[in-house]
Amino acid sequence: MSSRPRIRLPDRAKIGDVVEIKTLISHVMETGQRRDASGKVIPRSIINAFIAKYDGAEVFRVDVQPGISANPYIAFYMRVPGPGEFEFTWVDDNGVKVVEKQKLNVG
Amino acid sequence: MNPQAFDRRTFLLGSGAAALLVPLLGTDALAQSSPQAWEETVKKIVGESKPIDGRVTFELPEIAENGNTVPFTVSVDSPMTAQEYVKAIHLISTGNPQPGIATFHFTPLSGRASASSRLRLARTQDVVGLAELSDGKFLMTRRSVKVTIGGCGG
Repeated sequence: MSSRPRIRLPDRAKIGDVVEIKTLISHVMETGQRRDASGKVIPRSIINAFIAKYDGAEVFRVDVQPGISANPYIAFYMRVPGPGEFEFTWVDDNGVKVVEKQKLNVG
Repeated sequence: MNPQAFDRRTFLLGSGAAALLVPLLGTDALAQSSPQAWEETVKKIVGESKPIDGRVTFELPEIAENGNTVPFTVSVDSPMTAQEYVKAIHLISTGNPQPGIATFHFTPLSGRASASSRLRLARTQDVVGLAELSDGKFLMTRRSVKVTIGGCGG
């Protein structure tokens, strides 16, 4: 997981609005089903979890399996409880975590 | 090439052809071996309860030209209050080597029980959406997708 993930939040939101959050991260998402030219199984290497929190409270979480495409795009919703900050976490099979924080503009 | 890695099959097919064919054959053989694996996956989630048919809605192409990346949205109509909400939507493949695609976990803070992503389909098959409600009930919908070029899905 080399490059930084991309996050798309609405420019501005009001309390009570249901807003869509879009995320994208670069990852090969190797399924563990493929073989190389010599017939050896290429070991599985995927992002297996995605967690979205807002001011510490969990909003949305995904258990990801190899059926999700490479460079996983994940979009979901939140009902805006007030001003706050998102924390997005991606975890891969090697236990590597990528964490991104972003404030939501509420007004 | 290392002579020890130079086995009979690689020799017969030629290394270039093998590089193309082996992954495809491998995936397909596995996909055929356990056609009911997805039903086991559903059973593991629902236990003894019987899912109610329908109410899980898909936005999914009827024909996917590239099985490696099929965009989708899966949703359930719900007020998403602390008293009544959708806890999770499981997405299950009936024709990939591994049935599980993803499980989306929601909270009342989600506001809407809906998620979008992109999935892999090894071949033409049904995709199953299985929703778990806060009252313990389950909803299930099946949608068929025709796949023109299969992805190395798992």
